[in-house]
Amino acid sequence: MNRDNDKGKVLISRSLILGVGKLVLLLVIIARLYYLQVYQADKYKMLADENRISTRLLVPPRGIIYDRHMKELATNRQNFQASIVAEQTTNVQETLDAFKKIMPLSEAEEEKIKKDLRKNRSFVPIKIKDNLTWEEVAKIQLNAPDLPGIMIDEGLLRYYPLGEKAAPVVGYVSSVSDNDKKDDPLLEIPGFKIGKAGIEKLFEHPLRGKGGHLKLEVNAYGRVMKEIERNDGVSGEKIELSIDSRLQEKAYDLFGEESGAAILMNANSGEILAFVSTPAYDPNVMTQGISQKEWSELNNNERHPLVNKALSGQYSPGSTFKMVVALAALEAGVITPQTRSFCAGKMMLGNHTFHCWKGFGHGYINVVQALEHSCDIFFYETAQKVGINKIAEMARRFGLGDKINIGLENEKSGLIPDTDWKIRRFGEPWQQGESLISGIGQGYVLATPIQLATMTARIANGGYEVVPTFKKASEQNVTELKKIDIAPAYLDLVKQGMYDVVNSQGGTAYAHRIDFNGQKMSGKTGTTQVRRITMKERQSGVLRQEDLPWHLRNHALFVGYAPHDNPKYAIAVLVEHGRGGSVAADLAGKLLLQALKLDASEQPVE
Amino acid sequence: MYKFYETSFKSQTPTLKEKLQNLSFSYIMFILLLASIGILMLYSAANGNWKPWALNQGLRFGLGFAVMIAFALTDIRIFMRYAYSFYFVALILLIVVEVTGHIGMGAQRWINLGFMKLQPSELMKIALVLALARYFHSTPLQTIESIKGLIVPGMMVLFPAFLVMTQPDLGTALMLVFTAGAMFFVVGVQLWKFGVVILTAIICMPIAWHFLHDYQKNRVLTFLNPERDPLGAGYHIIQSKIALGSGGVFGKGFLNGTQSHLNFLPEKHTDFIFTMLSEEFGLIGASFIIILNFLIIAYSYSFALKSSSYFGKLVAIGLATNFFFYVFINTAMVLGLIPVVGIPLPLISYGGTVILSVMAGFGIILSVYINRNINIGKD
Repeated sequence: MNRDNDKGKVLISRSLILGVGKLVLLLVIIARLYYLQVYQADKYKMLADENRISTRLLVPPRGIIYDRHMKELATNRQNFQASIVAEQTTNVQETLDAFKKIMPLSEAEEEKIKKDLRKNRSFVPIKIKDNLTWEEVAKIQLNAPDLPGIMIDEGLLRYYPLGEKAAPVVGYVSSVSDNDKKDDPLLEIPGFKIGKAGIEKLFEHPLRGKGGHLKLEVNAYGRVMKEIERNDGVSGEKIELSIDSRLQEKAYDLFGEESGAAILMNANSGEILAFVSTPAYDPNVMTQGISQKEWSELNNNERHPLVNKALSGQYSPGSTFKMVVALAALEAGVITPQTRSFCAGKMMLGNHTFHCWKGFGHGYINVVQALEHSCDIFFYETAQKVGINKIAEMARRFGLGDKINIGLENEKSGLIPDTDWKIRRFGEPWQQGESLISGIGQGYVLATPIQLATMTARIANGGYEVVPTFKKASEQNVTELKKIDIAPAYLDLVKQGMYDVVNSQGGTAYAHRIDFNGQKMSGKTGTTQVRRITMKERQSGVLRQEDLPWHLRNHALFVGYAPHDNPKYAIAVLVEHGRGGSVAADLAGKLLLQALKLDASEQPVE
Repeated sequence: MYKFYETSFKSQTPTLKEKLQNLSFSYIMFILLLASIGILMLYSAANGNWKPWALNQGLRFGLGFAVMIAFALTDIRIFMRYAYSFYFVALILLIVVEVTGHIGMGAQRWINLGFMKLQPSELMKIALVLALARYFHSTPLQTIESIKGLIVPGMMVLFPAFLVMTQPDLGTALMLVFTAGAMFFVVGVQLWKFGVVILTAIICMPIAWHFLHDYQKNRVLTFLNPERDPLGAGYHIIQSKIALGSGGVFGKGFLNGTQSHLNFLPEKHTDFIFTMLSEEFGLIGASFIIILNFLIIAYSYSFALKSSSYFGKLVAIGLATNFFFYVFINTAMVLGLIPVVGIPLPLISYGGTVILSVMAGFGIILSVYINRNINIGKD
């Protein structure tokens, strides 16, 4: 009985101990709750948001590039793409088969679609075909009942209406490569494209705009439940260029099969109206992704479609350099307007014979006539008298020998040699013979077509330091520009010579003269050899250009301006291996005429 | 066999009217409150739908409530009389599922009764408490304190625990052992014996490890380091902690738990329902549930202390302890304090047998209280 009592007491005391134990354990639970829900709440709140919120970047529409008359040079086109969502069809294969009846798919394409379907969750749309035409879109929509799970997506694709004709100016966009600076999260988006050349590259940042973002709530399987926040970002800025697409197209078309470069600019404001380098690449192809084969074809083409010849091509300016030589000589006083030289077709300096392009010679001529006939002997002698350093100094005043810094990639600085340069470059003193050939723009002298256009514009506008630009300018007064230190009388003399080149019966470009309501063109031809003519060949008769292989033919150049009386347009044309300067003069004349005609048609009727 | 001492009981046996008056109103309110919260959480778990869980749970709770009242009104001596029989029935059912489980596919823990699936292991939780209580009721303290006296009750625990473990249901097996252990403790088994058992268990652990199923090993390893496999075995516990922690003090609001409603939280209607509750109602809601459960346990204790019979006391404490282990193991597991063992939170988690067994337990505890004045003699 006593033990029974004990048994009851033990039960009660032990039960109480057990009860206390339970209380303690439940307090541990509450302490743990406190630790997780108060002490570590912020950490877990963040993790919970990371779980549920998926942020997507929104791509802003890229800014449109317009020409001076608001015609689109680069725009965004709707790109229609057909996709399939596996979970919305009962049988993926049946749907694909039905699709193939409407639009054939290659085996490789079908393989890729199936691979993508396997890799992704069933609600993710998988691309079947993109760049669909309107017709194809209509066909798919018409057959929608037979195509469960197929949907049409709309995206934006960069489109260049002028294609290769404006490619050297506008450039193109393409996928971000590993070398590009990743300064913007937009660049991390698969398929995002950035400017790789031309204006697209130069104004990449304003054109790109600012990316927006979309915050979506997703569930554990990644399905979107709802939109939490949306920020559309900022669309890219539009850019208006100085280019006139009508002249741009005309210039490109005038080249035909020829390759070369042409720049037509406003001689007073510097606005570039046409900027052509041919042959060029199609920026639309570049943007959609170019195959390795296509790329190497472009790269290995002997006419270098990927090189912007207007900026990156350095050529001997040839006779187009003679204005600079004339100005240097007049300013130095080594010749006067009346000074005459006798051209016998060749001259001797030491052991070397220097030939004029005209074998029989020009006889006695002055500087204006020498320009008109492009007499080489006159300029050999003049160059010899004035010396290379003064020529170089004059050339630099007119924009040669240094980059224009127009902003596009791979601009070259050309080369204007002088005695110091020769020492620095070769460690040898300047030779007199080198002055002679520099006097006709050959030898070391190199210029890019844009530099030649600049030089011409500065002569045409009466000696103002105009700088070419792609930006559309509001009416700019030429007198706001810095004046080049040159006597107007000398410029007038040179301009008279250039007038005679085109408009005087004996001028080298007489055949290409233009006359539009009395507005005439002035200019200067140039022909530069790319091969040396040997003594033997000279004796046996110089080969005709037509008989030479393309890559050995002479380069043809022409610089000019119009109208002569009140110059507005300056032009530089280079036709690679174009045989003779008149090929370039013909092209320049036609383009200037077109520009004048367009001007006339746009004049308000009074 | 057991004998009735009819004459001495007459005055102590309450009438039906007295019984109904003695039903503890507060105790029943706590249970109703807990079950109501559970049904609301299931409504939330289905993203604001009564189907598929909340309505079903309500019906089962109704059935469970009827069972509780019926058991509460039953004479405590009936439970004592049929304690062993009930135990053997439960044991046979356990063997049946063991055998059919081997014939069927993999783990089978239930017998299909048509309207519900009966889990014999749930029956065993109550049967074991009753059987042990009857055994200790009629065993003198000297026998309890002797090694020999522990052989029979030890077998009574280990046999079903072993069967449940091979199902395999480690959580329920542990609950049987823990509940029985707690009863051994309260009846006065010396502490050093517990020491010996615990020490033996620790020594045997490497051997036991060998017998664990791969998924059980995984659960333990994952518990020790959830980051070990964040998308696989560790996923549940990591997501559970994120859900709990992000709930903060006040929670995200009813139906607004992101972790649960966006399906980051697995098993949100069963084992991890406490996590969802904590996400939606915060520290305040979670603590309230713990306190409510503690009150139920505390009331059960007070009923036990008021009972004049040893059997009654021990049954009430045993059943309360069983209930406690449900609550503690489930919450500790979702809080990442112990490995995930698959124990539901009673009255909140979705599941029919658990509701029935827990409600039956409450009914017996109420019966202990109602029949507190009945003094049951020794066998």
